Amino acid sequence: MEKLAEEIQRTGKAETRTLLLNVGPSHPAMHGVIRIVVELDGETVTGADAEIGYLHRGFEKMCEVGPYNNAIPYTDRLNYVSPLINNVGYCMAVEKLLGIETTERCDYIRVIMSEISRITDHLTCIGASAMELGAFTVFLYMIKAREFLWELVEAVTGARLTISYSRVGGVKADLPEGFKEKVAPTFKEVRSILKEVDKLLTRNRIFVDRMKGVGVISKEDAVSYGITGPFLRATGVDYDVRRSQPYLVYDQFDFDIPIAEGGDNLDRYLVRMEEMEQSMRIVEQAFSKIPGGAVMVDERGNEIPADFMVDEAKMGRTAGFKQKTVRMDPTLEGTSGDRHPLINAPEKKIVLPPKEDTYGNIEGLMDHFKLVMVGHGIRPPKGEAYQAVEGANGELGFYVVSNGSDRPYRVRVRPPCFPIMNALPALLIGGMMADIVPTFGSVNMIAGELDR
Amino acid sequence: MGTVDITKLDFFTTKLDAAIGWARKFSIFQYPFVTACCGMEYMATACSHYDVDRFGAGLPRFSPRQADVLFVVGTISHKIAPVLKQVYDQMTEPKWVVAFGVCTCTGGFYDNYATVMGIDTIIPVDVYIPGCPPRPENVLDGLIKLQVKIEKGEKQTKLFVHPKPS
Amino acid sequence: MMISEILKNRFPKIVIATHQYRGDDTVILKKEGLFEMARALKEDPELDFNFLMDLTCVDYLKFDQVPASAPTTFTPSPLPFYMKPKKDPKGEKWERPEEARTRFEVAYHFYSHSKHHRLRLKVPVEEKGAEVDSLVSLWKGADWFEREVWDMFGIRFKGHPNLKRILMYEPFEGHPLRKDYPVNKRQPLIGPIN
Repeated sequence: MEKLAEEIQRTGKAETRTLLLNVGPSHPAMHGVIRIVVELDGETVTGADAEIGYLHRGFEKMCEVGPYNNAIPYTDRLNYVSPLINNVGYCMAVEKLLGIETTERCDYIRVIMSEISRITDHLTCIGASAMELGAFTVFLYMIKAREFLWELVEAVTGARLTISYSRVGGVKADLPEGFKEKVAPTFKEVRSILKEVDKLLTRNRIFVDRMKGVGVISKEDAVSYGITGPFLRATGVDYDVRRSQPYLVYDQFDFDIPIAEGGDNLDRYLVRMEEMEQSMRIVEQAFSKIPGGAVMVDERGNEIPADFMVDEAKMGRTAGFKQKTVRMDPTLEGTSGDRHPLINAPEKKIVLPPKEDTYGNIEGLMDHFKLVMVGHGIRPPKGEAYQAVEGANGELGFYVVSNGSDRPYRVRVRPPCFPIMNALPALLIGGMMADIVPTFGSVNMIAGELDR
Repeated sequence: MGTVDITKLDFFTTKLDAAIGWARKFSIFQYPFVTACCGMEYMATACSHYDVDRFGAGLPRFSPRQADVLFVVGTISHKIAPVLKQVYDQMTEPKWVVAFGVCTCTGGFYDNYATVMGIDTIIPVDVYIPGCPPRPENVLDGLIKLQVKIEKGEKQTKLFVHPKPS
Repeated sequence: MMISEILKNRFPKIVIATHQYRGDDTVILKKEGLFEMARALKEDPELDFNFLMDLTCVDYLKFDQVPASAPTTFTPSPLPFYMKPKKDPKGEKWERPEEARTRFEVAYHFYSHSKHHRLRLKVPVEEKGAEVDSLVSLWKGADWFEREVWDMFGIRFKGHPNLKRILMYEPFEGHPLRKDYPVNKRQPLIGPIN
């Protein structure tokens, strides 16, 4: 210390060195395990490097082990805040490879559930990044809104988070009775919560000062890194897969793509808030246009409970089952035989038959056997296909290669937040230590998707 | 007249133990070691709908020295296993470990080159909460079981050694 | 005119084959011409591919393997004797061209924002001396994608600034996504192997 004091007195300058700080894998920011090593000169960041791979779970290798439908639970856990979008993306890639078309009602159902998932993703992102800046109330409000949406998801799929809803050729079950009446008050609640959060954050002096001008990325840089999604739309490029290359039935809806100019954290927050409103608009339009609707059940004979049918069928007493309608358990709502052709593609070599047919007649049993038993199953022809869907973070692409057998040969996920994390060190350099947290929060890195 | 014999003061020490156990179980400072999807259910349990604050466990401490319960939430891969061990070693006694989610209990359905098949091969675990992810009601059930364990002041389980595959 | 046809006419020496299976434009080319073609894709105003969406690799080691006749839960199975192979619903056929039957194939997916078209490039790579030119100088996003291909498959990229493992840890031996690496061969840093 004395030598330093002497040196300063003598020359008026002192030699400093930078500090290497490790924002370690286990850290308070809510977004997942990642290690950011920053080189600090006082409070300014002069160098940064991100290390990922702490949640690498071998998704691509596990998909090769089982048949095609077995990969669906693994896809759930990729981007675990919007799992329905991953399911739909994978199933669409396999259906493209098989060359089959899904029914229109199935497309509308997939759109509705994808948009609800997108809203939950943005809620989690904004809630978590607001909490890291100190706005704890906003986090609680967002999680409350997310719980309401998860109740909707649970009514349809049976689970809150890891839903495995989509199947190759269709979806698992139709929407339950009265789902449309449940959606309207839920959206009203979510809209009122979003309005409150807007009042709390958007013109809040502290929030704006911390987010404006921080983590700026230019248009050319974002395109060169391959960034897509809200991150890119906040820089001014209007690329949205739903608008540029419409898939499912997105070309029939009237919705806007919010774009901001600027490319800083505040713009990304505003883009995400506006996208939630647009998603709700899409869902409401979808409900007005969805074909099918509540199915009128014809009473062709007496109604029997489902477990009675199963028990009798297992003992071989199946006479007359084909003409009877089956009353399913309320937890299996939407899976009964008369809804089946509405939501599943009419391919008996790809889609499982309804349970009434499986237990009721021999053709149904044979179709079921040929899809489920080891040695049989969905066999796409040799080939490859790439299908891109709009995930909550950007373009989620699935590249599936098949060699004609019943297992996928190679499944590749193009993770939307991978290129964004590639660009993160460049965003951090030049800012301050305290800017790491809001920038990292607005990236919305989901470790399950980044590391697979 | 002599000094008080401490070994004969059983009544006071049992009451004191009970008091300490009661105080400890209602003031759980957790270290949430969150990695994956179970983190979303952890967040849901900690927030308003399924409040965990009413059990006294509402304040996460983000430093191992200040925490007493280590919630291991989400899949542990081999890359982060040394970090988990280091965090566990840095915690001060008394400490408990909760394995949240089936990936931490036994490895889940990720039987591959990258996943640790159960964290009890690395650190001793007190309460296992299975589920993929477990519902918040399951988590609260696990938390109550942990509280019962804390209250009794039971020693932690030893490191579980998986039997060799035959 | 399809983009793959335009590229075939412009680079006749490099392109091995093209196809449009299921609507995806694909060009299979030799690895020596990769950088030249990638630069043309980026800079030509007619093609204008400004996004490099994805960069990955496929290992064709077990592609033509006829599976064992006794199927188990974890291995692919042959077609049962009473089933005939299905006809393709769209009448398309996909085959690997003879000159491109190497072990690895690096696949690039491009997208053009102004013209709304996509393209896939596939570069066959031998097992010995598995090395490809790096595209980092053209698209900055190729950086981490190429590191991941090195980590998972073991293909080197010439000219990459920082080619080291990204998803696995440094002491890990082998390249996990290769077909000859077993699924559950663990190499733990701490703890037992089980």
